[in-house]
Amino acid sequence: MDQKTLTIDGVELSFDPRQTIMEAAAAAGVYIPHLCHHPDFKPHGSCKLCTVKVNGRFASACTLPAAEGQEVLNKTLELNQLRTRITQMLFVEGNHFCPGCEISGHCKLQATAYGLGMLDSHFPHFYPARRVDASHPDIMLDLDRCILCELCVRASRDMDGKSVFGIAGRGMESHLVVAAESGALVDTLIEVSDRAAHVCPVGAILIKHTAYEKPIGQRRYDHHPIQAALLQEDQGD
Amino acid sequence: MTDLMTHKIRIATTSLAGCFGCHMSFLDIDERFFTLCEHVVFDRSPFTDIKHLGEHVDVGLIEGGLCNAENVSTLREFRDHVKILVAVGACAINGGIPAMRNHIPLKECLEESYLVAVGIDSPQIPNDPELPLLLDRVRPIHEVVKVDYFLPGCPPSAEVFWTFLTDLMAGREPQIPEAQIHFD
Ligand code: SF4
Ligand code: SF4
Ligand code: FES
Repeated sequence: MDQKTLTIDGVELSFDPRQTIMEAAAAAGVYIPHLCHHPDFKPHGSCKLCTVKVNGRFASACTLPAAEGQEVLNKTLELNQLRTRITQMLFVEGNHFCPGCEISGHCKLQATAYGLGMLDSHFPHFYPARRVDASHPDIMLDLDRCILCELCVRASRDMDGKSVFGIAGRGMESHLVVAAESGALVDTLIEVSDRAAHVCPVGAILIKHTAYEKPIGQRRYDHHPIQAALLQEDQGD
Repeated sequence: MTDLMTHKIRIATTSLAGCFGCHMSFLDIDERFFTLCEHVVFDRSPFTDIKHLGEHVDVGLIEGGLCNAENVSTLREFRDHVKILVAVGACAINGGIPAMRNHIPLKECLEESYLVAVGIDSPQIPNDPELPLLLDRVRPIHEVVKVDYFLPGCPPSAEVFWTFLTDLMAGREPQIPEAQIHFD
């Protein structure tokens, strides 16, 4: 049987025809930055961090199927500068005060920023007023840090079968909502054992009583090179 | 890029809406300070207690964001006098912890601190003309002046300061390695 191949940054790799470019890359040990992609869930294609150039055109690696002979550019200065600007936008449109954040050191947004060499926020900060919901006994919701990746939406709907989370509003008004008349997390069906409670890549959905358990220096991304850590998670969390 | 008399690099530093943690972390370069002093001389800085910048300052290190009118005029004085302006630490870069008041109206912040909080006697909001007026929101410094370099961290580690300063002393473009980039 003929092995199908494509190239990423000039290096040839073989792939399975059912794979996306992101999946083919991860299987071959090539890191493509991403935030809304997670190997366990259907691609969403919303954060655009995984933007690559395929045969000269921009495309999202997490949604584009791998195809024979594709020439993919990934780790170029141009693409990483674009990704840095996208990451900076995610920082300024929410309220990300890492020094006071429970998830700091374990956060994929922060780790991605480090990996891109991001030193500043570049844009003016919005400092929006966002909701904090501490109503649930085990789970905390801090929308200051939500990047609208919809991983919790997908996990709750497709894995937990509960559809606890959804996105309401459009554009700048988009925000995460929970399925309860009162709007409070405690009145939803979510439980601490749900996948949706653990899938958030940032510090927006937190498990209570677990904050700051690991001291600085022992957290997930403290010493592990970020790209290797993220890649390892994608190949089997 | 040298002091006219001594041929040393002139550095000025200040803390705006910061906690002096960045300055403390700078001092954590420990005995490397002696090496540093062979190459640099401090102008306006809490280290020297000089109150205003001299004419030819090479580098200005700014800790803290902008929370009041005095912060803004100090920042402008730095920008007018230094060749290379550096935002040092989370507060200078994104407002930091002080900016967590930004979604609360200023009036409510003042009332909470000076009128209604527990344990206050003779409640009154301070309004002495000597006190700089507060801004409605805490701002990072790049929203007011052009910033040339950023040293992230809360605080940036001593290694970050050392990387930046040794690159500068060697005449290289400063480059913070990934392992030294931290936002906390
Ligand atoms: S969610 Fe991540 S990026 Fe946001 S404040 Fe927390 S650690 Fe920082
Ligand atoms: S709460 Fe977390 S998982 Fe859900 S959309 Fe926001 S960032 Fe994504
Ligand atoms: S990871 Fe592909 S768009 Fe988010």
